[in-house]
Amino acid sequence: MRVLGLILAGGHSESLGPLVSKRASAALPVFGKYRAIDFTLSNMVNASIRKVGVLTQYNPRSLMDHLGSGKEWDLDRKNGGLFILQPYVSAEGSYWYKGTADAIFQNMTILRRGEEDYVLIGSGDHIYKIDFTQVFNFHFSTGADITLLVKYLDETYDLTQYGIVQMEGHRIVSIEEKPQHPRGNLAFLGIYFMNKYLLMELLYNYVTKGENDLLNIIVSQLGRLKVHGYVLEGYWRNVKKGIDEYFRINMDALKKEIRDELFYKYGKVYTKLKDLPPPKIGSSAVIKNSIISDGCIVNGHVENSVLFRGVVVKAGAVVENAVVMQDTVIEEGAVVKNAILDKEVLIRQQGRLVGKEKLAVMEKRAVL
Amino acid sequence: MRRVLALILAGGHGKRLGVLTEKIAKPAVPFGGKYRLIDFTLSNCVNSGIYHVGVLTQYRPHLLINHIGIGRPWDLDRKKGGLFVLQPYLGGVAGWYKGTADAVYQNIEFVDEVNPERVLILSGDHVYAMDYNDMLDFHILKNAEGTIACMEVPLDEASRFGIMVTDVESRIVDFEEKPAKPRSNLASLGIYVFNWPFLREYLIKDAQDEGSSHDFGKDIIPRMIREGRRIFAFRFNGYWRDVGTIRSYWESNLELTRPLPPLNLYDRHWRFYTQTEEMPPAYCAPESKISNSIISEGCEIHGVVENSVLFQGVHVGEGSVIKNSVVMTGTIIGRNCFIENSIVAERVIIADNVQIGVGEDAPSSLDPEVYTGLITVIGMYSKIPENTRIGKNCVVGVGVTEQDFTSKELPSGGFVLHRE
Repeated sequence: MRVLGLILAGGHSESLGPLVSKRASAALPVFGKYRAIDFTLSNMVNASIRKVGVLTQYNPRSLMDHLGSGKEWDLDRKNGGLFILQPYVSAEGSYWYKGTADAIFQNMTILRRGEEDYVLIGSGDHIYKIDFTQVFNFHFSTGADITLLVKYLDETYDLTQYGIVQMEGHRIVSIEEKPQHPRGNLAFLGIYFMNKYLLMELLYNYVTKGENDLLNIIVSQLGRLKVHGYVLEGYWRNVKKGIDEYFRINMDALKKEIRDELFYKYGKVYTKLKDLPPPKIGSSAVIKNSIISDGCIVNGHVENSVLFRGVVVKAGAVVENAVVMQDTVIEEGAVVKNAILDKEVLIRQQGRLVGKEKLAVMEKRAVL
Repeated sequence: MRRVLALILAGGHGKRLGVLTEKIAKPAVPFGGKYRLIDFTLSNCVNSGIYHVGVLTQYRPHLLINHIGIGRPWDLDRKKGGLFVLQPYLGGVAGWYKGTADAVYQNIEFVDEVNPERVLILSGDHVYAMDYNDMLDFHILKNAEGTIACMEVPLDEASRFGIMVTDVESRIVDFEEKPAKPRSNLASLGIYVFNWPFLREYLIKDAQDEGSSHDFGKDIIPRMIREGRRIFAFRFNGYWRDVGTIRSYWESNLELTRPLPPLNLYDRHWRFYTQTEEMPPAYCAPESKISNSIISEGCEIHGVVENSVLFQGVHVGEGSVIKNSVVMTGTIIGRNCFIENSIVAERVIIADNVQIGVGEDAPSSLDPEVYTGLITVIGMYSKIPENTRIGKNCVVGVGVTEQDFTSKELPSGGFVLHRE
């Protein structure tokens, strides 16, 4: 069995404000050294998928820069490998992707040309680890036409932001997108597995008639096709759901069970190498419950925080409950609390940035 | 475009590193939290724009070759040039490399094939940051046939090095390898530039000389100078270390933890590249206390770490204290341990309540020449059982198991080796 991986990475989310003004949400930095897309991409290559198409649209530069030739995921290949699928201008006009189905439809060539029999469609915004081969086995052993990943979400998720699923046995009988009054807490996770020819047939049938959303197409087939739900037990979060969610996801990595699951279970997470030296901790440093990445130099006080690569915290500075992205410098005596600092931010001596009910957010290259 | 070929001598055993080089070649010895010794020379090459590199291996090459692979981390996986591993082979001129000069002599065909104007002869076991272009410029400016990088060392250490005497022009008039009574303190760093046809001629001459030990420092260079060839000394003022002994290895690692370390790993314009395992960033627990240390990716610290270098994936359990020590990749340290003045090699498992590097001073009963400086060394893949107390200057060999320990107490200077 050969599987083609497709990753939807064109998304834009207003609710992430300045964090996504210059990058696609799939390129959001997480956990000190990763980008959101690393998880889906690593899950796919860890399941022996050798060909992955990444569908981009919104502000793709940083995402492209990150993915490069796909080398870090072993996707720089003669056969298969990484394909970047972007909207383009042709003789017939220009085609921005109008939805998930439309995006795949416009890249029908990658479906038509490949030798793959199956397609796994994921999103570049999701943080989770999974052994996809278990999903494949589930799909075949239950005789599904389409398998969707679903999860029982607890009260920390805003259910009105998800597709809520009703299941009978393995079979999904209804999906309600972003319901005002959710019936149950079983949500669709935006991950699909199906036969490639079935997908092509559905796209030809519906996209040509103006339906651009893949989930809508599948919902219309629930009576005709066997659409099964594979229940994901582990950690799963979507970075695109807002600044607080993005912050929470980063803080989750401070919990041992979540770290063990995300970083060590079902294979490793791969990411672009930066070749920075290991972190150096000075004699006046105090570090509590924090993640410290390569290239960091810490002389100050860091607590409940995630420091990305190359962050400098100078003596006398205090960083608490903060997500501090790459190459940000916090100078002597500065205080940063309840905050997200984007890349290359400079907090000058004695500077104070303290978020209250709302997190304080500093844009890339901002100076305080 | 300069046609320069770098040849890195990486066959060395490094006997004075004891159990650290029992299973691996000296250039593959880990250094500085995530690197191996050869990374420094390889990175210097590519940072100097030299992308034609031959690595001459011999002693236990497996891990070294595994590490350098096709040279990808150093951008040496190239269509033109790139990295070549040159190992001794049967059907060659003479089989095993008999010395540094013989190693190059046996690869004359390879060098001729590359056809460089100059060759840069380097060692794979030195830690330094050097732009070879400065030396090549000097070599060309002096119209030299050979150039030797050198630096001034304390006179009492001079007899460990090749020592040279130069004239006002920096031309070398005398060269002695490891002299008992050094005539100067200008020491060779084992970094040479030669015009290739010139070196080629001397390699062939040397190979035919039955009295020669086929070594650059002992034979080739003294001969060139005796015969009045144009050999110059290039003074290097930066950081350079031959971490050839347990003590110097330990010290050079710990130097990196100083507020202003002599070697700046954090210089974005002169990066050191390496091949490492993909690991998440380090995690420091609420109860951890880390000061003056280097910790690496994949580390999980629950205890106290002071003045130490921790490599990738080291776990330090609650209540444990690590002081003035080097702990290599993947080593797991249990709870309530105390480790001081020690080098713990890769993938060692230390159970709870273990003490290492404690007690009286005593000379090593295994090999007082190698194990000096009161540093305790734990060899790779060893397992230290619960409640064990290991003294100063002790040695635990490679792959030692719980059964190899006959007592909970290993007094200073003692050793435990694995019984087959």
